[in-house]
Amino acid sequence: MNSEDIQKKNLSQNSQRKPWSESDRATELTAHTSLLKCRQLTLGYGSKDLVRDLDYDINAGDYLCIVGRNGSGKTTFLRGIAGLLKPKSGVIELCDGLSRNQIGYLPQMTIVQKDFPASVEEIVLSAFQGKHRLLPFYRKAHRDCAMECMALTRTESLAKSCFRELSGGQKQRVLLARALCAAERLLLLDEPVTGLDPESTETMYRIIEELHQKGMTVVMVTHDVDTALDDATRVLDFNKISTKEK
Amino acid sequence: MPELIEKLSFYLDFPFVRYAIIVGVLVSLCSSLLGVTLVLKRYSYIGDGLSHVAFGALSIAAVLKITNNMLLILPVTVAVAVLLLCTGKNARIKGDAAIAMVSVGALAIGYLLMNVFSTSANISGDVCTTLFGSTSILTLRVEEVYLCVALSIAVLAVFILFYHKIFAITFDENFAQATGVNTTIFNLLIAVIVAVIIVLAMNLVGALLVSALVVFPSLSAMRVFKSFFAVTVASAIISVVCSLIGIVVAILAGTPVGSTIVAADIVAFGLFYSISLIRDKRV
Repeated sequence: MNSEDIQKKNLSQNSQRKPWSESDRATELTAHTSLLKCRQLTLGYGSKDLVRDLDYDINAGDYLCIVGRNGSGKTTFLRGIAGLLKPKSGVIELCDGLSRNQIGYLPQMTIVQKDFPASVEEIVLSAFQGKHRLLPFYRKAHRDCAMECMALTRTESLAKSCFRELSGGQKQRVLLARALCAAERLLLLDEPVTGLDPESTETMYRIIEELHQKGMTVVMVTHDVDTALDDATRVLDFNKISTKEK
Repeated sequence: MPELIEKLSFYLDFPFVRYAIIVGVLVSLCSSLLGVTLVLKRYSYIGDGLSHVAFGALSIAAVLKITNNMLLILPVTVAVAVLLLCTGKNARIKGDAAIAMVSVGALAIGYLLMNVFSTSANISGDVCTTLFGSTSILTLRVEEVYLCVALSIAVLAVFILFYHKIFAITFDENFAQATGVNTTIFNLLIAVIVAVIIVLAMNLVGALLVSALVVFPSLSAMRVFKSFFAVTVASAIISVVCSLIGIVVAILAGTPVGSTIVAADIVAFGLFYSISLIRDKRV
């Protein structure tokens, strides 16, 4: 089955569906369709290995939460999946025809971005650059899709605002909208609620849960274990992995 | 006033003055476009570093008695730019420290070589000219003007074609890479363009003042404008206007061209800074 069909099917089924229930939609529809396979994966910086010999599959429809204490390798693992860090050994295999430019990524915000002179629209549209080798002008389809993603993340009213003048929560939602524009099938989130107040955190989680309901596969690194257990369909605990190995 | 205009039109009759204006406008246009990216990527000082490298290469060319010194200066500067901009986060010696090392090192070696193997009677005069570009823009030959025009057009074309890619990489290199943009190639491209612009700009304001052309217009624009597109366009306009004013004033008042242009840039920055202050108070 074509992956677009799966997504469309998910979208239509979920429009009538009540909040996600035990009859796991992921297993019903796209059971055992792995999007990403890690085999004997070792990741690390310099001489330090943070992830060792990990075998793990991420399936279509998963809402995977990655938890663990600081330095346990959560973000390293996510960077590995995102293709930002070359494995020291082992492989990360993209399956089912998934390609890099169908993955959306929400990295932790950098100092450079905090005072960057750019409009929200420019930032969200920049997500399409990975999909085309040469894209000197954005077409209407791109702008429409960007508006749609901004609507989903409640940022459409900010389109013309300047990024550096937004609040922390708004900034994070704008970056989520950008990730969403890029994400056709897989969304990688690196601590999306860090530094947000409880209200913004709540909004952020609600939006992510909605996206998952619409059929997006979500992988999220978080410190927030409670939410991880509430919303996620799977949890990967890096504390346990490292203790097991020690 | 009328005599000033008369004096100006008198000077404009000379081809070397026209060359100076053409080259000045093109170089300041190119440097200001890339300047926005460099300042935002926290590479503001790369202009200074690379211009000192170009100065070092120039003195090597002088020692080796290479007549067409561009053949040596351009490749050396490009190589160092690639080294500085593309090793990025994984380098042992990071951004600002690497630039400082290269900058001071090249300056020292360049001056040393010029001193030891000098063929000219007036070394400090030569060095001063290269560093401050006091007259070189007024002594351009036709071939140099053509070269400058061709390179500027190439830089502009690349910039316009890849404007959105450059934005994506400047704003968030990790995201761009994770979503399938080939960041290595574009960082390489940016490094090469930056090197070309700096070698070009050396002719205009000299090695020491290249940074000013890169930094001032973009910082002025960033004070006031709120989208990347507006900042880029404004930075280009500010830079061109300041360079034109600088060159004209330099010709009329007989001041050094490079320093006068930078002075104009500083005035513009002050102006834009005040505008942003006034606006923020009112809101």
